[in-house]
Amino acid sequence: MSDITKQSLSELVENIKSKKLSSSEVTKAFVERSEKSKELNAYITEDYTNALSKAKKFDEKPNLDLKLPGIPMAVKDLFCTRDLRTTAGSKILNNFVPTYESTVTQNIWNEGAILMGKLNCDEFAMGSSNETSFFGNVQNPIDKNLVPGGSSGGSSSAVAAQLTPITIGTDTGGSIRQPASFTGTVGLKPTYGSCSRYGIVAFASSLDQAGPMAQNVKDCALLQEVISTYDEKDSTSIDFKRNEYSKELTKDIKGKKIGIPKEYRVDGMPKEIEDLWKKGIEYAKDCGAQIIDISLPHTNYALPTYYIVAPAEASSNLARYDGVKYGFRAEGENLIDMYEKTRSEGFGAEVQRRIMIGTYVLSSGYYDAYYLKAQKVRKLIKNDFDDVYKKVDAILTPSTPSSAFKIGEKTNDPVSMYLNDIFTVPVNLAGLPGISIPAGHDAKGYPLGLQIIGKAFDEQNILNIAYAMEEKINFKNNITDWWIK
Amino acid sequence: MSIDLKTIKHISKLSRISVDEKKAEKLAGDLNSIFDFIEKLNELKTDNVEPLTSVAETTLKLRSDEVKSKNLRDQVIKNSPNENEDYFVVPKVIE
Repeated sequence: MSDITKQSLSELVENIKSKKLSSSEVTKAFVERSEKSKELNAYITEDYTNALSKAKKFDEKPNLDLKLPGIPMAVKDLFCTRDLRTTAGSKILNNFVPTYESTVTQNIWNEGAILMGKLNCDEFAMGSSNETSFFGNVQNPIDKNLVPGGSSGGSSSAVAAQLTPITIGTDTGGSIRQPASFTGTVGLKPTYGSCSRYGIVAFASSLDQAGPMAQNVKDCALLQEVISTYDEKDSTSIDFKRNEYSKELTKDIKGKKIGIPKEYRVDGMPKEIEDLWKKGIEYAKDCGAQIIDISLPHTNYALPTYYIVAPAEASSNLARYDGVKYGFRAEGENLIDMYEKTRSEGFGAEVQRRIMIGTYVLSSGYYDAYYLKAQKVRKLIKNDFDDVYKKVDAILTPSTPSSAFKIGEKTNDPVSMYLNDIFTVPVNLAGLPGISIPAGHDAKGYPLGLQIIGKAFDEQNILNIAYAMEEKINFKNNITDWWIK
Repeated sequence: MSIDLKTIKHISKLSRISVDEKKAEKLAGDLNSIFDFIEKLNELKTDNVEPLTSVAETTLKLRSDEVKSKNLRDQVIKNSPNENEDYFVVPKVIE
Protein backbone atom coordinates (compact mmCIF):
# COMPACT_ATOMS: atom_id res chain seq x y z
CA MET A 1 0.00 0.00 0.00
CA SER A 2 1.65 3.17 -1.17
CA ASP A 3 -0.72 5.63 0.42
CA ILE A 4 -0.43 4.50 4.04
CA THR A 5 -0.10 8.05 5.35
CA LYS A 6 -3.37 9.02 3.67
CA GLN A 7 -5.31 6.55 5.82
CA SER A 8 -7.20 7.65 8.89
CA LEU A 9 -6.34 6.27 12.31
CA SER A 10 -9.41 4.01 12.25
CA GLU A 11 -8.39 2.58 8.87
CA LEU A 12 -4.83 1.97 10.03
CA VAL A 13 -6.03 0.23 13.20
CA GLU A 14 -8.30 -2.00 11.12
CA ASN A 15 -5.56 -2.81 8.63
CA ILE A 16 -3.10 -3.71 11.37
CA LYS A 17 -5.71 -5.80 13.19
CA SER A 18 -6.55 -7.72 10.01
CA LYS A 19 -2.81 -8.10 9.32
CA LYS A 20 -3.02 -6.27 5.99
CA LEU A 21 -0.37 -3.92 7.32
CA SER A 22 2.37 -4.35 9.91
CA SER A 23 3.31 -1.75 12.47
CA SER A 24 6.74 -1.53 10.81
CA GLU A 25 5.23 -0.69 7.44
CA VAL A 26 2.99 1.97 8.95
CA THR A 27 5.71 3.46 11.14
CA LYS A 28 8.19 3.52 8.26
CA ALA A 29 5.67 5.34 6.04
CA PHE A 30 5.03 8.10 8.62
CA VAL A 31 8.74 8.40 9.51
CA GLU A 32 9.66 8.79 5.84
CA ARG A 33 6.99 11.40 5.28
CA SER A 34 8.04 13.26 8.43
CA GLU A 35 11.66 13.22 7.24
CA LYS A 36 10.64 14.75 3.91
CA SER A 37 8.64 17.43 5.70
CA LYS A 38 11.33 19.22 7.70
CA GLU A 39 10.41 22.52 6.12
CA LEU A 40 7.18 22.61 8.12
CA ASN A 41 9.27 22.59 11.34
CA ALA A 42 6.54 20.57 13.05
CA TYR A 43 8.96 18.52 15.14
CA ILE A 44 11.23 19.73 17.93
CA THR A 45 12.67 16.30 18.70
CA GLU A 46 12.59 13.27 16.40
CA ASP A 47 12.77 9.75 17.75
CA TYR A 48 12.49 7.81 14.50
CA THR A 49 15.14 5.14 15.14
CA ASN A 50 13.52 4.11 18.40
CA ALA A 51 10.08 4.22 16.80
CA LEU A 52 11.15 1.84 14.03
CA SER A 53 12.73 -0.60 16.48
CA LYS A 54 9.63 -0.49 18.71
CA ALA A 55 7.47 -1.20 15.66
CA LYS A 56 9.65 -4.18 14.77
CA LYS A 57 9.33 -5.45 18.32
CA PHE A 58 5.57 -5.01 18.18
CA ASP A 59 5.37 -7.04 14.96
CA GLU A 60 7.35 -9.91 16.50
CA LYS A 61 4.62 -10.43 19.08
CA PRO A 62 1.65 -8.30 18.05
CA ASN A 63 -1.12 -7.75 20.59
CA LEU A 64 -4.03 -7.02 18.29
CA ASP A 65 -6.55 -6.59 21.11
CA LEU A 66 -5.15 -3.17 21.92
CA LYS A 67 -6.94 -0.01 20.81
CA LEU A 68 -3.91 1.54 19.08
CA PRO A 69 -1.95 -1.56 17.99
CA GLY A 70 1.49 -0.53 16.74
CA ILE A 71 0.25 2.91 15.65
CA PRO A 72 3.05 5.50 15.40
CA MET A 73 2.29 8.88 16.93
CA ALA A 74 4.08 12.18 17.55
CA VAL A 75 2.87 14.28 20.51
CA LYS A 76 3.01 17.93 21.57
CA ASP A 77 6.26 18.72 23.35
CA LEU A 78 4.42 19.72 26.50
CA PHE A 79 3.94 16.11 27.61
CA CYS A 80 6.79 14.66 29.63
CA THR A 81 8.16 11.54 27.96
CA ARG A 82 10.55 9.35 29.92
CA ASP A 83 14.13 9.51 28.55
CA LEU A 84 13.13 11.76 25.64
CA ARG A 85 13.81 15.49 25.80
CA THR A 86 10.77 17.61 26.68
CA THR A 87 11.20 21.33 26.05
CA ALA A 88 7.73 22.97 26.18
CA GLY A 89 9.07 25.05 23.26
CA SER A 90 11.38 26.91 25.65
CA LYS A 91 15.10 27.56 25.88
CA ILE A 92 14.83 27.13 29.65
CA LEU A 93 13.94 23.42 29.17
CA ASN A 94 16.16 22.92 26.12
CA ASN A 95 18.14 20.14 27.82
CA PHE A 96 15.43 18.66 30.06
CA VAL A 97 15.05 14.87 29.86
CA PRO A 98 12.16 13.68 32.07
CA THR A 99 12.66 10.66 34.30
CA TYR A 100 8.91 10.01 34.28
CA GLU A 101 6.02 9.76 31.84
CA SER A 102 2.84 11.85 31.71
CA THR A 103 -0.32 9.84 32.46
CA VAL A 104 -1.94 10.77 29.16
CA THR A 105 1.01 9.55 27.07
CA GLN A 106 1.39 6.45 29.27
CA ASN A 107 -2.27 5.61 28.54
CA ILE A 108 -1.50 5.89 24.81
CA TRP A 109 1.58 3.61 24.95
CA ASN A 110 -0.38 1.12 27.11
CA GLU A 111 -2.77 0.72 24.17
CA GLY A 112 0.08 -0.16 21.81
CA ALA A 113 0.97 3.17 20.17
CA ILE A 114 4.59 4.08 19.42
CA LEU A 115 6.22 7.47 20.01
CA MET A 116 7.75 9.06 16.86
CA GLY A 117 8.80 12.40 18.31
CA LYS A 118 7.83 15.64 20.01
CA LEU A 119 5.92 18.36 18.20
CA ASN A 120 6.55 22.09 18.19
CA CYS A 121 4.37 24.45 20.22
CA ASP A 122 4.29 27.99 21.52
CA GLU A 123 6.64 28.46 24.49
CA PHE A 124 4.90 27.00 27.56
CA ALA A 125 1.75 26.88 25.36
CA MET A 126 1.51 30.68 25.53
CA GLY A 127 0.52 31.83 22.07
CA SER A 128 -2.00 31.47 19.26
CA SER A 129 0.33 31.11 16.28
CA ASN A 130 3.28 28.90 17.32
CA GLU A 131 5.51 31.95 16.80
CA THR A 132 6.66 32.16 20.43
CA SER A 133 8.47 28.79 20.25
CA PHE A 134 12.23 28.91 20.93
CA PHE A 135 12.52 26.36 18.12
CA GLY A 136 11.04 28.62 15.47
CA ASN A 137 7.64 29.01 13.89
CA VAL A 138 5.75 26.20 12.20
CA GLN A 139 4.26 26.39 8.71
CA ASN A 140 0.65 25.61 7.98
CA PRO A 141 0.47 22.87 5.31
CA ILE A 142 -2.41 24.82 3.76
CA ASP A 143 -0.03 27.64 2.70
CA LYS A 144 3.61 28.29 3.53
CA ASN A 145 3.04 31.87 4.70
CA LEU A 146 0.30 30.96 7.17
CA VAL A 147 0.57 30.19 10.87
CA PRO A 148 -0.82 26.78 11.90
CA GLY A 149 -2.47 28.34 14.95
CA GLY A 150 -1.32 27.76 18.48
CA SER A 151 -0.27 26.80 20.92
CA SER A 152 -0.55 23.23 19.54
CA GLY A 153 0.73 24.41 16.12
CA GLY A 154 3.21 21.58 15.54
CA SER A 155 0.42 19.14 16.34
CA SER A 156 -2.13 20.71 13.98
CA SER A 157 0.43 21.03 11.18
CA ALA A 158 1.58 17.42 11.63
CA VAL A 159 -1.95 15.99 11.55
CA ALA A 160 -3.05 18.11 8.57
CA ALA A 161 0.15 17.20 6.69
CA GLN A 162 -0.26 13.53 7.63
CA LEU A 163 3.10 13.25 9.38
CA THR A 164 1.30 11.45 12.21
CA PRO A 165 -2.07 9.68 11.97
CA ILE A 166 -3.32 11.46 15.08
CA THR A 167 -1.87 13.48 17.95
CA ILE A 168 -2.52 15.12 21.29
CA GLY A 169 -2.38 18.77 22.21
CA THR A 170 -3.24 20.82 25.25
CA ASP A 171 -5.85 23.56 25.49
CA THR A 172 -5.76 26.34 28.09
CA GLY A 173 -7.67 29.01 26.15
CA GLY A 174 -8.16 27.46 22.71
CA SER A 175 -4.79 25.83 21.97
CA ILE A 176 -6.35 22.67 20.49
CA ARG A 177 -9.49 24.08 18.84
CA GLN A 178 -7.98 27.19 17.20
CA PRO A 179 -5.09 25.35 15.47
CA ALA A 180 -7.51 22.59 14.43
CA SER A 181 -9.72 25.26 12.87
CA PHE A 182 -6.72 26.87 11.08
CA THR A 183 -5.61 23.57 9.51
CA GLY A 184 -8.90 21.89 8.62
CA THR A 185 -8.61 19.23 11.33
CA VAL A 186 -10.69 18.09 14.32
CA GLY A 187 -9.69 19.04 17.88
CA LEU A 188 -11.39 18.23 21.18
CA LYS A 189 -10.85 20.01 24.48
CA PRO A 190 -12.30 17.67 27.09
CA THR A 191 -14.08 18.64 30.32
CA TYR A 192 -11.70 19.92 33.00
CA GLY A 193 -10.74 16.91 35.13
CA SER A 194 -11.33 14.40 32.34
CA CYS A 195 -7.71 13.86 31.27
CA SER A 196 -4.94 13.81 33.87
CA ARG A 197 -2.59 16.79 34.00
CA TYR A 198 0.15 14.69 35.60
CA GLY A 199 3.39 15.09 33.66
CA ILE A 200 2.15 17.93 31.45
CA VAL A 201 4.30 21.06 31.73
CA ALA A 202 1.97 23.38 33.65
CA PHE A 203 0.77 26.72 32.25
CA ALA A 204 -2.49 27.68 34.02
CA SER A 205 -3.53 24.78 36.21
CA SER A 206 -7.24 25.62 36.59
CA LEU A 207 -7.64 25.78 32.78
CA ASP A 208 -5.16 23.30 31.22
CA GLN A 209 -6.57 20.16 29.58
CA ALA A 210 -5.05 17.62 27.19
CA GLY A 211 -7.07 16.43 24.22
CA PRO A 212 -6.98 14.65 20.86
CA MET A 213 -6.36 16.26 17.43
CA ALA A 214 -7.36 14.18 14.43
CA GLN A 215 -8.41 14.06 10.79
CA ASN A 216 -11.97 13.08 11.63
CA VAL A 217 -14.42 12.80 14.51
CA LYS A 218 -14.28 9.02 14.85
CA ASP A 219 -10.49 9.01 15.30
CA CYS A 220 -10.86 11.82 17.80
CA ALA A 221 -13.41 9.79 19.81
CA LEU A 222 -11.13 6.75 19.83
CA LEU A 223 -8.16 8.68 21.19
CA GLN A 224 -10.31 10.45 23.77
CA GLU A 225 -11.44 7.05 25.00
CA VAL A 226 -7.77 6.09 25.50
CA ILE A 227 -6.50 9.24 27.21
CA SER A 228 -9.43 9.99 29.53
CA THR A 229 -8.85 8.13 32.80
CA TYR A 230 -9.13 8.93 36.48
CA ASP A 231 -5.66 9.50 37.95
CA GLU A 232 -4.83 9.81 41.61
CA LYS A 233 -1.60 11.62 40.69
CA ASP A 234 -3.68 14.65 39.61
CA SER A 235 -5.74 16.04 42.50
CA THR A 236 -8.19 17.68 40.05
CA SER A 237 -8.75 14.47 38.09
CA ILE A 238 -12.42 13.52 38.37
CA ASP A 239 -13.69 10.00 38.94
CA PHE A 240 -16.76 9.75 36.69
CA LYS A 241 -18.11 7.05 34.42
CA ARG A 242 -16.32 7.41 31.10
CA ASN A 243 -17.92 6.19 27.88
CA GLU A 244 -16.28 4.11 25.20
CA TYR A 245 -16.65 7.16 23.01
CA SER A 246 -15.81 5.56 19.66
CA LYS A 247 -18.08 2.54 20.20
CA GLU A 248 -21.00 4.63 21.38
CA LEU A 249 -20.59 7.16 18.59
CA THR A 250 -23.82 7.73 16.66
CA LYS A 251 -25.09 10.09 13.97
CA ASP A 252 -28.57 10.00 15.44
CA ILE A 253 -28.94 13.42 17.04
CA LYS A 254 -32.62 13.83 16.30
CA GLY A 255 -34.32 16.17 18.75
CA LYS A 256 -31.09 17.40 20.33
CA LYS A 257 -31.46 21.00 21.37
CA ILE A 258 -28.61 23.18 20.09
CA GLY A 259 -28.24 26.74 21.37
CA ILE A 260 -27.03 29.67 19.26
CA PRO A 261 -25.63 32.39 21.54
CA LYS A 262 -26.32 35.88 20.21
CA GLU A 263 -23.27 37.37 22.00
CA TYR A 264 -20.94 35.44 19.69
CA ARG A 265 -21.99 37.74 16.85
CA VAL A 266 -19.11 40.08 17.68
CA ASP A 267 -18.51 43.49 16.13
CA GLY A 268 -16.45 43.34 12.99
CA MET A 269 -16.92 39.61 12.51
CA PRO A 270 -16.07 38.77 8.88
CA LYS A 271 -19.08 37.89 6.76
CA GLU A 272 -17.44 34.59 5.88
CA ILE A 273 -17.57 33.52 9.51
CA GLU A 274 -21.17 34.68 9.85
CA ASP A 275 -22.08 32.70 6.70
CA LEU A 276 -20.25 29.62 7.94
CA TRP A 277 -22.17 29.78 11.19
CA LYS A 278 -25.50 30.07 9.33
CA LYS A 279 -24.52 27.10 7.19
CA GLY A 280 -23.65 25.17 10.34
CA ILE A 281 -27.09 25.89 11.77
CA GLU A 282 -28.66 24.49 8.57
CA TYR A 283 -26.51 21.35 8.77
CA ALA A 284 -27.53 20.82 12.38
CA LYS A 285 -31.19 21.20 11.41
CA ASP A 286 -30.70 18.72 8.55
CA CYS A 287 -29.41 16.25 11.13
CA GLY A 288 -32.65 16.60 13.06
CA ALA A 289 -31.44 18.94 15.77
CA GLN A 290 -33.66 21.66 17.17
CA ILE A 291 -32.14 25.16 17.08
CA ILE A 292 -32.76 27.50 20.01
CA ASP A 293 -31.61 31.12 20.38
CA ILE A 294 -29.81 31.64 23.67
CA SER A 295 -27.92 34.35 25.52
CA LEU A 296 -24.58 34.11 27.33
CA PRO A 297 -24.53 37.72 28.58
CA HIS A 298 -20.98 37.77 30.02
CA THR A 299 -19.23 36.49 26.88
CA ASN A 300 -17.51 39.83 26.27
CA TYR A 301 -15.83 39.65 29.66
CA ALA A 302 -14.26 36.22 29.12
CA LEU A 303 -11.04 37.36 27.45
CA PRO A 304 -10.19 40.09 30.02
CA THR A 305 -10.92 37.52 32.77
CA TYR A 306 -8.70 34.97 31.08
CA TYR A 307 -5.85 37.48 30.79
CA ILE A 308 -5.86 37.86 34.56
CA VAL A 309 -6.45 34.26 35.63
CA ALA A 310 -4.10 32.53 33.17
CA PRO A 311 -1.06 34.82 33.67
CA ALA A 312 -1.59 34.76 37.46
CA GLU A 313 -1.46 30.99 37.51
CA ALA A 314 1.42 30.97 35.01
CA SER A 315 3.52 33.35 37.12
CA SER A 316 3.10 30.98 40.03
CA ASN A 317 3.71 27.78 38.01
CA LEU A 318 6.76 29.19 36.24
CA ALA A 319 8.42 30.25 39.50
CA ARG A 320 9.96 26.77 39.54
CA TYR A 321 12.34 27.62 36.68
CA ASP A 322 15.21 29.01 38.71
CA GLY A 323 18.27 27.41 37.12
CA VAL A 324 18.84 25.19 40.16
CA LYS A 325 16.93 21.93 39.91
CA TYR A 326 16.75 21.45 36.14
CA GLY A 327 16.89 23.32 32.87
CA PHE A 328 19.01 26.18 31.61
CA ARG A 329 21.18 28.21 34.01
CA ALA A 330 22.93 31.53 33.32
CA GLU A 331 25.88 32.35 35.54
CA GLY A 332 25.44 35.27 37.93
CA GLU A 333 27.44 37.17 40.52
CA ASN A 334 25.30 35.81 43.33
CA LEU A 335 22.20 33.66 43.81
CA ILE A 336 19.64 36.40 43.03
CA ASP A 337 21.63 37.59 40.03
CA MET A 338 21.77 33.98 38.79
CA TYR A 339 17.97 33.62 39.13
CA GLU A 340 17.29 36.90 37.33
CA LYS A 341 19.69 36.25 34.45
CA THR A 342 18.54 32.64 34.06
CA ARG A 343 14.89 33.69 33.74
CA SER A 344 15.65 36.72 31.59
CA GLU A 345 17.75 34.69 29.12
CA GLY A 346 15.77 31.43 29.41
CA PHE A 347 12.23 32.72 28.83
CA GLY A 348 11.08 34.36 25.60
CA ALA A 349 9.32 37.73 25.35
CA GLU A 350 5.70 36.51 25.51
CA VAL A 351 6.35 34.27 28.52
CA GLN A 352 8.10 37.14 30.34
CA ARG A 353 5.19 39.43 29.51
CA ARG A 354 2.68 36.98 30.98
CA ILE A 355 4.77 36.33 34.09
CA MET A 356 4.91 40.10 34.63
CA ILE A 357 1.12 40.51 34.18
CA GLY A 358 0.51 37.62 36.56
CA THR A 359 2.95 38.90 39.16
CA TYR A 360 1.37 42.33 39.01
CA VAL A 361 -2.25 41.16 39.43
CA LEU A 362 -1.24 38.99 42.38
CA SER A 363 0.94 41.64 44.03
CA SER A 364 0.08 43.41 47.26
CA GLY A 365 -2.53 46.12 46.75
CA TYR A 366 -3.76 44.81 43.38
CA TYR A 367 -4.97 41.32 44.25
CA ASP A 368 -8.59 42.32 45.02
CA ALA A 369 -8.88 44.73 42.10
CA TYR A 370 -7.69 42.21 39.53
CA TYR A 371 -7.39 38.60 40.60
CA LEU A 372 -10.38 38.45 42.93
CA LYS A 373 -12.45 40.48 40.48
CA ALA A 374 -11.56 38.04 37.69
CA GLN A 375 -12.54 35.05 39.80
CA LYS A 376 -15.92 36.65 40.43
CA VAL A 377 -16.50 37.35 36.75
CA ARG A 378 -15.43 33.78 36.03
CA LYS A 379 -18.30 32.70 38.27
CA LEU A 380 -20.73 34.85 36.24
CA ILE A 381 -19.45 33.28 33.02
CA LYS A 382 -19.94 29.78 34.42
CA ASN A 383 -23.43 30.74 35.66
CA ASP A 384 -24.33 31.82 32.11
CA PHE A 385 -23.56 28.33 30.84
CA ASP A 386 -25.33 26.63 33.77
CA ASP A 387 -28.46 28.65 32.97
CA VAL A 388 -28.57 27.87 29.25
CA TYR A 389 -27.88 24.18 29.82
CA LYS A 390 -31.28 23.98 31.52
CA LYS A 391 -32.72 24.61 28.04
CA VAL A 392 -30.23 23.15 25.54
CA ASP A 393 -27.99 20.09 25.14
CA ALA A 394 -25.13 21.80 23.32
CA ILE A 395 -24.06 25.14 21.86
CA LEU A 396 -22.88 25.87 18.29
CA THR A 397 -20.48 28.75 17.54
CA PRO A 398 -17.65 29.55 15.12
CA SER A 399 -14.27 28.28 16.42
CA THR A 400 -12.32 31.42 15.59
CA PRO A 401 -13.11 34.99 14.49
CA SER A 402 -11.02 34.57 11.29
CA SER A 403 -9.17 32.01 9.19
CA ALA A 404 -5.41 31.44 9.62
CA PHE A 405 -3.39 34.66 9.43
CA LYS A 406 0.05 35.31 7.99
CA ILE A 407 3.28 34.57 9.84
CA GLY A 408 4.43 37.81 11.50
CA GLU A 409 1.07 39.56 11.03
CA LYS A 410 0.15 39.84 14.71
CA THR A 411 3.42 39.44 16.61
CA ASN A 412 3.79 43.12 17.46
CA ASP A 413 0.34 43.55 18.95
CA PRO A 414 -0.33 41.22 21.90
CA VAL A 415 -3.99 42.23 22.26
CA SER A 416 -4.83 41.50 18.59
CA MET A 417 -3.18 38.09 19.04
CA TYR A 418 -5.23 37.45 22.20
CA LEU A 419 -8.49 38.23 20.35
CA ASN A 420 -8.04 35.00 18.38
CA ASP A 421 -9.31 33.07 21.36
CA ILE A 422 -12.51 35.04 21.85
CA PHE A 423 -14.80 32.06 21.08
CA THR A 424 -12.72 29.38 22.78
CA VAL A 425 -11.70 30.98 26.10
CA PRO A 426 -15.19 30.97 27.76
CA VAL A 427 -15.21 27.16 27.47
CA ASN A 428 -11.99 26.85 29.45
CA LEU A 429 -13.13 29.33 32.09
CA ALA A 430 -16.29 27.24 32.65
CA GLY A 431 -14.39 23.90 32.47
CA LEU A 432 -16.60 22.56 29.66
CA PRO A 433 -15.82 20.27 26.71
CA GLY A 434 -15.62 21.82 23.23
CA ILE A 435 -14.81 20.39 19.82
CA SER A 436 -13.79 22.18 16.63
CA ILE A 437 -14.66 20.56 13.30
CA PRO A 438 -13.71 21.82 9.83
CA ALA A 439 -16.82 23.25 8.21
CA GLY A 440 -15.85 25.22 5.12
CA HIS A 441 -13.37 27.54 3.44
CA ASP A 442 -13.05 31.30 3.16
CA ALA A 443 -12.61 33.12 -0.15
CA LYS A 444 -8.85 32.42 -0.07
CA GLY A 445 -9.49 28.69 0.32
CA TYR A 446 -8.33 28.59 3.95
CA PRO A 447 -10.25 26.28 6.29
CA LEU A 448 -12.77 27.51 8.85
CA GLY A 449 -14.06 25.63 11.87
CA LEU A 450 -17.23 25.37 13.89
CA GLN A 451 -17.20 24.75 17.62
CA ILE A 452 -19.68 22.59 19.52
CA ILE A 453 -19.69 23.18 23.27
CA GLY A 454 -21.16 20.60 25.64
CA LYS A 455 -22.21 20.19 29.24
CA ALA A 456 -19.50 19.06 31.65
CA PHE A 457 -18.68 15.34 31.15
CA ASP A 458 -20.91 15.21 28.06
CA GLU A 459 -18.13 14.53 25.53
CA GLN A 460 -20.21 11.76 23.96
CA ASN A 461 -22.98 14.16 23.03
CA ILE A 462 -20.74 16.74 21.32
CA LEU A 463 -18.81 13.98 19.56
CA ASN A 464 -22.14 12.62 18.25
CA ILE A 465 -23.25 16.05 17.02
CA ALA A 466 -19.84 16.59 15.39
CA TYR A 467 -20.02 13.12 13.82
CA ALA A 468 -23.47 13.77 12.35
CA MET A 469 -22.56 17.25 11.06
CA GLU A 470 -19.22 16.04 9.65
CA GLU A 471 -21.09 13.77 7.25
CA LYS A 472 -23.32 16.61 6.03
CA ILE A 473 -20.44 19.09 5.72
CA ASN A 474 -18.25 16.63 3.80
CA PHE A 475 -15.18 18.87 4.17
CA LYS A 476 -12.13 18.41 1.94
CA ASN A 477 -8.78 19.96 2.84
CA ASN A 478 -6.81 21.67 0.05
CA ILE A 479 -3.32 20.35 0.70
CA THR A 480 -0.85 20.04 -2.17
CA ASP A 481 2.30 18.65 -0.48
CA TRP A 482 4.20 21.79 -1.62
CA TRP A 483 6.79 21.31 1.10
CA ILE A 484 7.84 17.77 0.10
CA LYS A 485 11.33 17.81 -1.37
CA MET B 1 -4.46 53.47 34.77
CA SER B 2 -0.88 53.62 33.65
CA ILE B 3 2.01 51.34 34.50
CA ASP B 4 5.20 53.41 34.73
CA LEU B 5 8.83 52.34 34.54
CA LYS B 6 9.12 52.31 38.32
CA THR B 7 6.29 49.77 38.53
CA ILE B 8 7.88 47.66 35.77
CA LYS B 9 11.15 47.59 37.75
CA HIS B 10 9.22 46.55 40.86
CA ILE B 11 7.38 43.72 39.05
CA SER B 12 10.59 42.57 37.42
CA LYS B 13 12.17 42.30 40.86
CA LEU B 14 9.21 40.30 42.18
CA SER B 15 9.31 38.07 39.08
CA ARG B 16 13.08 37.56 39.31
CA ILE B 17 13.48 38.57 35.69
CA SER B 18 16.14 41.18 34.98
CA VAL B 19 15.10 43.99 32.62
CA ASP B 20 17.21 46.76 31.15
CA GLU B 21 15.84 50.22 30.22
CA LYS B 22 14.96 49.28 26.66
CA LYS B 23 13.10 46.14 27.67
CA ALA B 24 11.35 48.00 30.51
CA GLU B 25 9.99 50.59 28.07
CA LYS B 26 8.71 47.93 25.69
CA LEU B 27 7.09 46.05 28.58
CA ALA B 28 5.44 49.19 29.91
CA GLY B 29 3.85 49.81 26.49
CA ASP B 30 2.65 46.21 26.15
CA LEU B 31 1.33 45.96 29.69
CA ASN B 32 -0.52 49.25 29.41
CA SER B 33 -2.36 48.11 26.28
CA ILE B 34 -3.17 44.77 27.91
CA PHE B 35 -4.45 46.42 31.10
CA ASP B 36 -6.55 48.89 29.08
CA PHE B 37 -8.25 45.82 27.68
CA ILE B 38 -8.58 44.16 31.11
CA GLU B 39 -10.18 47.29 32.65
CA LYS B 40 -13.39 46.30 30.89
CA LEU B 41 -14.17 44.12 33.90
CA ASN B 42 -14.84 47.24 35.96
CA GLU B 43 -18.10 47.71 34.05
CA LEU B 44 -19.50 44.79 36.05
CA LYS B 45 -20.83 44.99 39.60
CA THR B 46 -19.58 41.93 41.45
CA ASP B 47 -20.03 42.84 45.14
CA ASN B 48 -22.30 39.90 45.89
CA VAL B 49 -20.68 37.32 43.61
CA GLU B 50 -18.76 34.41 45.09
CA PRO B 51 -15.33 34.01 43.44
CA LEU B 52 -14.89 30.83 41.41
CA THR B 53 -11.74 29.06 42.54
CA SER B 54 -12.32 25.70 40.90
CA VAL B 55 -14.64 24.51 38.13
CA ALA B 56 -14.41 20.93 39.39
CA GLU B 57 -17.20 20.66 41.91
CA THR B 58 -15.70 17.76 43.82
CA THR B 59 -14.00 17.44 47.16
CA LEU B 60 -10.50 16.09 47.30
CA LYS B 61 -10.23 12.35 47.82
CA LEU B 62 -8.44 11.19 50.96
CA ARG B 63 -5.67 8.64 50.73
CA SER B 64 -3.57 6.91 53.32
CA ASP B 65 -0.33 8.67 54.16
CA GLU B 66 2.12 6.13 52.82
CA VAL B 67 5.38 6.42 50.95
CA LYS B 68 4.81 4.76 47.59
CA SER B 69 7.85 5.65 45.52
CA LYS B 70 11.27 4.29 46.28
CA ASN B 71 14.39 6.39 46.64
CA LEU B 72 14.30 8.84 43.71
CA ARG B 73 17.46 10.78 44.54
CA ASP B 74 19.27 10.02 41.30
CA GLN B 75 16.19 10.86 39.23
CA VAL B 76 15.57 14.08 41.10
CA ILE B 77 19.13 15.31 40.65
CA LYS B 78 19.62 14.01 37.10
CA ASN B 79 18.61 17.20 35.26
CA SER B 80 20.38 19.64 37.56
CA PRO B 81 22.65 22.10 35.74
CA ASN B 82 25.17 21.81 38.56
CA GLU B 83 25.27 19.14 41.26
CA ASN B 84 27.71 17.62 43.64
CA GLU B 85 26.79 14.09 44.73
CA ASP B 86 23.58 14.55 46.72
CA TYR B 87 23.27 18.33 46.40
CA PHE B 88 22.16 21.02 43.99
CA VAL B 89 24.97 23.53 43.70
CA VAL B 90 24.18 27.28 43.71
CA PRO B 91 26.34 30.41 43.97
CA LYS B 92 27.59 31.07 47.52
CA VAL B 93 24.84 32.56 49.70
CA ILE B 94 26.63 33.07 53.04
CA GLU B 95 29.85 34.95 53.59
